[in-house]
Amino acid sequence: MGSYVLRRVLQMIPVFFGTTLLIFVMVYTLPGDPVTALFGEKAADPAVVASIKHKYFLDQPLWKQYLHYMGNLFQGDFGTSFTGRPVSDIMAGAFPVTIRLALLAFVFEMILGLALGMLSGLRRGSVQDTLVLVLTLMVISIPVFVLAYIAQTVFATNLGWVTPTVQDSYDLSQLVLPAVVLGSLSLAYVARLTRTSIGENLRADYMRTAVAKGLPRRTIVLRHLLRNSLIPVITFLGTDLGALMGGAIVTEGIFNVQGIGNVLYRAINTKEGPTVVGIVTVLVIIYLVASLLVDLLYAVLDPRIRYA
Amino acid sequence: MTTVIENDSQKSGRLEVGTPLLEVKDLHVEFHTRDGVAKAVNGVNYSVAAGETLAVLGESGSGKSVTAQTIMGILDMPPGKVTQGEILYRGQDMLKMSNEERRKIRGRKIAMIFQDALSALNPVLSVGYQLGEMFRVHQGVSKAEAKAKAIELMDRVRIPAAKERVNDYPHQFSGGMRQRIMIAMALSLQPDLIIADEPTTALDVTVQAQVMDLLAELQAEYNMGLILITHDLGVVADVADKIAVMYAGRIVETAPVHELYANPAHPYTKGLLRSIPRLDQKGQELYAIKGLPPNLLKVPAGCAFNPRCDVATDLCRTEIPALHHVTDKDGKELTGRRSACHLWKETLHG
Repeated sequence: MGSYVLRRVLQMIPVFFGTTLLIFVMVYTLPGDPVTALFGEKAADPAVVASIKHKYFLDQPLWKQYLHYMGNLFQGDFGTSFTGRPVSDIMAGAFPVTIRLALLAFVFEMILGLALGMLSGLRRGSVQDTLVLVLTLMVISIPVFVLAYIAQTVFATNLGWVTPTVQDSYDLSQLVLPAVVLGSLSLAYVARLTRTSIGENLRADYMRTAVAKGLPRRTIVLRHLLRNSLIPVITFLGTDLGALMGGAIVTEGIFNVQGIGNVLYRAINTKEGPTVVGIVTVLVIIYLVASLLVDLLYAVLDPRIRYA
Repeated sequence: MTTVIENDSQKSGRLEVGTPLLEVKDLHVEFHTRDGVAKAVNGVNYSVAAGETLAVLGESGSGKSVTAQTIMGILDMPPGKVTQGEILYRGQDMLKMSNEERRKIRGRKIAMIFQDALSALNPVLSVGYQLGEMFRVHQGVSKAEAKAKAIELMDRVRIPAAKERVNDYPHQFSGGMRQRIMIAMALSLQPDLIIADEPTTALDVTVQAQVMDLLAELQAEYNMGLILITHDLGVVADVADKIAVMYAGRIVETAPVHELYANPAHPYTKGLLRSIPRLDQKGQELYAIKGLPPNLLKVPAGCAFNPRCDVATDLCRTEIPALHHVTDKDGKELTGRRSACHLWKETLHG
């Protein structure tokens, strides 16, 4: 197990450098000059442009820029945005919001998704099963922005329970509606995955053994059925938590949540190279760690899988 | 040799006294499928007494496993459905009991051993947990005590280093050891009756004998009834007291084990016995019963075996034979012997 973890961590190194280099190249080869763009309609003074470019190493070849950036990164310096604000500062403001939003969405999709999946999986062909199938299919087929606008119209405009957009991104109660919208798609997948997995395991021989042992139904379902059925679901949930942490550009945009997705979207639009690269770098790390944890969790859940 | 004879007489003595432990009476089970109704079990009768071993023999689709699953209450319903009959455990019809009453019999009074222990054991729970669960659920003992009892059981079925292996998972054991764990689980609460559904089919031949011996030994020790479901005539000979041969959902012949081997009273049984490879017939072509077992959706009219039977007459093609008592040449009834063949006399004496 220990050597497996070590191997996985070592594997993360090339992935980390590969992805950061890729995003670095992509951001800096985008057409258009970010520095000239700073001046807007006004004609830029070539001397000022040159001095700004020098300050941000933009006058250096790309590989030098990358090495310089990486060098700073390993000293904990994510660089400064073109507006002069340190990128780490920007992230420190946006990440807590995204983490809150992601955790809310995660709890929502996990609890409700599992409950619905169990409800339909244990009683296949019943009314509730059909209902769950139809509802989840609807959620899966409707694009998230449509869902967001529907939620806004119903809960804010018609019912007046919440404000249409988030006023204070640090207020947990205001994040509930965006979180529900954000988690709804994964909720549908969790419910369907749970349903299928339970359906498969219900027919398994060991379930028959559990009945033959004279165990009460509760024990059979909770101990024997769920313990097996939830393995793929938990794997999905783990990966999804990593994805949710990456922020949700569409949902955050519609609800005006000042999270990482929103910041990233704006940074891409204004060709804020340092901000984009900084955020993506952190996201890559989060994703790598999340997938490592999922793999390790998988081994804990299923004893047949042992990493040598 | 003398001890063997004594044991035999003791056993047969027990057979005659008291009510049987389990009695299956005129059991009918159907499966409702898209293509129609498959009649898997059509009026099966058998009984087992304490200490007795009944072997139920038949090809796949003969209804032997379905009968066992119905006794155990683990038949998938739907598609399965019991349309008629009784299953009496100590004189009480289990089919009329509530779910909770039946649950209390399962595992505690009647236990089951399955064919493939790897899939029949839960892959994500340790064997110690799965064994200990019997005590925790049925006797309410503590976790630690359940584990101690699990180790004891594993010792009992001769799993080496039980103490070290109690926390291992099913996939970490060999096939034979896994089947021993299944046996240990079935034995855990010292039930009256064990139903073993092809307990050795998935094992190597050398291991088969060990597992069968262990099962027979423990059965004798606890004086349990045993229903041994198998298609393997070799397994049956050593351990069974009596045999019920099934074909297309019916019992076609019952007999004490040695009499059946020596002198079958049904052409199907005869065919089965002839198809066992024998060393003294080396070089000759192996006999096989012609044709295939019938499709349960379209069982032939009359005796279900008639299309495959060498001696079938017109009567066989129209009338379903009842399970007759059979007699010896002098007309004396042979105890425990029955045959569902119109031509049993010719088959038995001819």
